Amino acid sequence: MNNFIKKNPDISLELFRRMKKIRLTEEKIAERYCEGKMRCPTHLCIGQEAIAAAVGFLLRKNDFVLSTHRSHGHYLAKGGDLKKMLAEIYGKVSGCSKGNGGSMHLIDKSAGFMGSTSIVGGTIPVAVGLGLSIKLHKSDQISCVFFGDGAVEEGVFYESVNFAVLKKLPVLFICENNLYSVYSHLKVRQPQGRKIYKMVEAMGCPAIHGDGNNAVEVYEKVKSVIGPAREGKNPFFFEFKTYRWREHCGPNYDNDIGYRTEEEFIFWKKKDPIPFLEKKLLKEDVISKEGITVIEQEISKEIEEAFEFAEKSLFPQQNEVFKYLYDECAQ
Amino acid sequence: MRQINFGKAINEAYIEAMKFDKNVIAYGLGIDDPKGIFGTTLGLKELFGEDRVFDMPTSENAMTGVGIGVSLNGFRPVMCHQRIDFFLLAMDQLINNAAKWHFMFGGESSVPITIRLIIGRGWGQGPQHSQALQSLFAHIPGLKVVMPFSPYDAKGLLISAIEDDNPVIFIEHRWLHNISGHVPDERYKIPIGKSRIVKEGGDITIVASSYMTLESIRASEILKEHGIDAEIIDLRTIKPLDEDTILSSVKKTGRLAAVDGAYRSFGVAAEILALASEKSFSTLKCAPKRITFADVLTPTSWALANYYYPRAIDIASAVKVMFNIHGLSDEDTGLCPNTPLDIPDKSFTGPF
Repeated sequence: MNNFIKKNPDISLELFRRMKKIRLTEEKIAERYCEGKMRCPTHLCIGQEAIAAAVGFLLRKNDFVLSTHRSHGHYLAKGGDLKKMLAEIYGKVSGCSKGNGGSMHLIDKSAGFMGSTSIVGGTIPVAVGLGLSIKLHKSDQISCVFFGDGAVEEGVFYESVNFAVLKKLPVLFICENNLYSVYSHLKVRQPQGRKIYKMVEAMGCPAIHGDGNNAVEVYEKVKSVIGPAREGKNPFFFEFKTYRWREHCGPNYDNDIGYRTEEEFIFWKKKDPIPFLEKKLLKEDVISKEGITVIEQEISKEIEEAFEFAEKSLFPQQNEVFKYLYDECAQ
Repeated sequence: MRQINFGKAINEAYIEAMKFDKNVIAYGLGIDDPKGIFGTTLGLKELFGEDRVFDMPTSENAMTGVGIGVSLNGFRPVMCHQRIDFFLLAMDQLINNAAKWHFMFGGESSVPITIRLIIGRGWGQGPQHSQALQSLFAHIPGLKVVMPFSPYDAKGLLISAIEDDNPVIFIEHRWLHNISGHVPDERYKIPIGKSRIVKEGGDITIVASSYMTLESIRASEILKEHGIDAEIIDLRTIKPLDEDTILSSVKKTGRLAAVDGAYRSFGVAAEILALASEKSFSTLKCAPKRITFADVLTPTSWALANYYYPRAIDIASAVKVMFNIHGLSDEDTGLCPNTPLDIPDKSFTGPF
């Protein structure tokens, strides 16, 4: 890893910057959530930023990404507009979904972020369909979908992987295994000893696993398949282990309510992906402490401006609720 | 005038739509097998190639999601299922995604996907092969539901459905596939959301759709013998419902019977009665009526199924009561056509 950082200082720094932007944005959301102005279910990915940052950085702008209810990181890492995301969470008409979506329904097509939805596994076949569209258009894009360990318990996951393998579609399936589906631990949901990636491999889909809290590892592992994926060789599946720090939904910590232990949380907090990379960047002289402060200030300023934009934006008018029921533009 | 059957009209709609727009693709389980979805998709793969016409895994839910995804990048998929019942496995992708995608992303994307679902009756189809679930789909904002009766409308409405930028549920009654009528050779469209008055009349408005339009036309012949001149509206589209045509007819006739070949409660017929009650109450001369299946599942034995499906005679009997005509039954007077109950007519020999 140190070797990678030495050889690729710009990439390493960009991974750091993307993780930091997600972290600082979500920490600000958590801090201000109690103001009662962000009135929608909000699922924070604090602790899980490395996977989003690495994959988002690897993909081209015109590659497609789809995601889940916990999608702020995926959206931002792919280049989604921060102002429009916050305005959406505030329910404003300037939001990326005009206030019809909220935190769980983000979209920024100009960045290739095609949508996030709130039904577990719901975007997996949509990503496969986008993969089919790429194949039919004979372009060299990639369609990438993020989901959690709960989604591999949905039937639609197997149906989707099967079709992607059958048609050799350029799809990246990225499973962020954070051990919990809401408050239910993996061990009550899947048999002990199961390796998700091995199960998927048995379906004919090449599957790779790794440490989801190590941005460089995620970057290198995903990068190794980008070429074959673009060539339409076959889809690829990744399982990255990671951990959600905050409650399933909302801004708080919930280690006290009894479904997980404080020890478990501390174990994972020590594996925080951001200081992990930061220390190595400093060690390899990629950046100085002062340089990091400058990055933090730049990001904080951007976040501040985005909150201001969201606060100042207008709410949708009453009649706008009927505006997007059907698309009648072409009629 | 050129006459072809409903099934062939569906086939022509595919061909016209796929010739017109190279981004129209078609798939479904068995779409290119020797039977070709009751013959409606025969020859498509030969004409348009295996990229645009392909068989699929038995994965109704994912393949609906795949249709959504492919439609987000310029394609217009037409998916078909040989039974509407199979498609129930796809309610998540249809209702949670397809119906909501345009709305929940503030109009950023559209989902121009057409889903052909085939319904039917008779020949022991039983509880899981005979459901008519139009009201289930019509209940969901964001979906359009189309249900043609005539071959002419079948072709024009399928072309409209494919060119529509929204998810459209296109429901075909199996018993209509063999019915012939005038269908122009060329590409033409019938607008979604417009019903058609198939028979004008001044005494009662009968609102029907799909196969029940045919039964209603037969019923109107029985009613004529009793001096009742029925106006028959073929809905063609269930949603959005053509309220204006229904209301102006009810205003004219003062009576309303809604016929729906489906379960009774919370159904299309109930919606039409609610519409007339809310918006045209003062013009009603008597209580409106629903003619539907009973609120019970379809039995398989043809002995039981004989009592399950309403026919022309049942529609006529229900309507006659609204005119206080009782007495001799139409079977007694020989007015009821002696049709078999588990096949559409004697010429019908399947496939089922």
